[in-house]
Amino acid sequence: MIRVVLPAQLRMLAHVTGEVQLEVEDRVTQRSVLDALEARYPALRGAIRDHATQQRRPFVRFFACERDLSHEPPDAPLPDAVATGAEPFLVVGAIAGG
Amino acid sequence: MSSVRVLVGTRKGAFILTSDGKRERWEIDGPHFGGWEIYHLKGSPADPNRLYASQSSGWFGQQIQRSDDGGKTWELVGNEFAYDGIPGTHLWYDGTPRPWKFTRVWHLEPSLTDPDTVYAGVEDAALFRSADGGRTWQELAGLRDHQTGSSWQPGAGGLCLHTILLDPSDAKRIFIAISAAGAFRTDDGGETWRAINRGLKSEYIPDPTAEVGHCVHRIAMHRSRPGVLFMQKHWDVMRSDDAGESWREVSGNLPTDFGFPIDVHAHEPETIYVVPIKSDSEHYVPDGKLRVYRSRTGGNEWEPLGKGLPQRDCYVNVLRDAMAVDSLDSCGIYFGTTGGQVYASADAGDSWTPIVRDLPAVLSVEVQTLP
Repeated sequence: MIRVVLPAQLRMLAHVTGEVQLEVEDRVTQRSVLDALEARYPALRGAIRDHATQQRRPFVRFFACERDLSHEPPDAPLPDAVATGAEPFLVVGAIAGG
Repeated sequence: MSSVRVLVGTRKGAFILTSDGKRERWEIDGPHFGGWEIYHLKGSPADPNRLYASQSSGWFGQQIQRSDDGGKTWELVGNEFAYDGIPGTHLWYDGTPRPWKFTRVWHLEPSLTDPDTVYAGVEDAALFRSADGGRTWQELAGLRDHQTGSSWQPGAGGLCLHTILLDPSDAKRIFIAISAAGAFRTDDGGETWRAINRGLKSEYIPDPTAEVGHCVHRIAMHRSRPGVLFMQKHWDVMRSDDAGESWREVSGNLPTDFGFPIDVHAHEPETIYVVPIKSDSEHYVPDGKLRVYRSRTGGNEWEPLGKGLPQRDCYVNVLRDAMAVDSLDSCGIYFGTTGGQVYASADAGDSWTPIVRDLPAVLSVEVQTLP
């Protein structure tokens, strides 16, 4: 079971509170986790990745295990601790004013 | 008894203000979508309980919300705005080509007859239409394919399509306006478009009378006379009596002819309203006084309306989509400010009272008159 933590704005879109838990059947990568997340919560399509390019939106970051994974290739394996559910995969909105 | 519902979009959410026909006591409902920018929300003329809202964020992009119960509950619908074909380029601020890139929906205009059909004006400037209640969106690409499209440049707020006027007498005629390209009209339902900027004069572009490049801020019409258009341009208030074929200036005795919104009285097609702003470098009202100006002569002769509005130490702006009118017998006028106030007049502008004073900065105001 993969654990995903969403920022407040995306929890509002998805109508969830707290962590999201997902089954990911393929290799656990950014792409497979986000694919599973968007399949479960279609409201998140386009909010984390661009609809057309599937690239991470500029002010969205991906953290896990105290590391910034935002610039890792989308098909690179996520840390084992994320794959086993010991640690969550964090989707973070960059800090900016206002 | 009739009632009114005022739909307010702000920098940090949407608010719905309701009152009976007296327009004295108001209920404030919101924020909806707290923390998100709500550039615009508007109801369907064909089904007043059908509302559409543009919800966006610099972080998480565009969402479109739809309500079928007058704003009590909302449903996310489609947020994929894909330009038709290979979009090509427009010009960036520095004059270099830049690929068209979708940023946000500035304005939603529901069809006059079909609740499931709605138009969206977006940044970078393009017009989209949904015929399935907002679930899917298709670009009316003939606009961007206009021969001048590759030369369009953004204004300070971005290259935005912010005004959509549907002609109630001709389902195939639509007027739109883009900052800073100008006004355009289609007579074939959006297949082809022509620039309608003859008579505009803009000293801030190399050729002040060019076919395009004018920073049109807002256009308004009265539904009984769709060939008569009123325009608030970056500077200058303009009027056209031939569906945009030609324009003439009607700024007259305004203290400044810079501003953003313009609107028309519900029952008097020659009565129009603007909110003069000091200048394009000082986006606030002149002399610290918030005053709406009304012309009962279709322009040129203007009177200030300040009764009930702050007349000292006021330095707010009123944005282009932040004024609207109701259609009760005594026409109500409404506007919202960047200071978060929403003001209402139940007597066509003679006197004003704040409905609410401390919202986030107001981006848009629309009004529904309900039976």
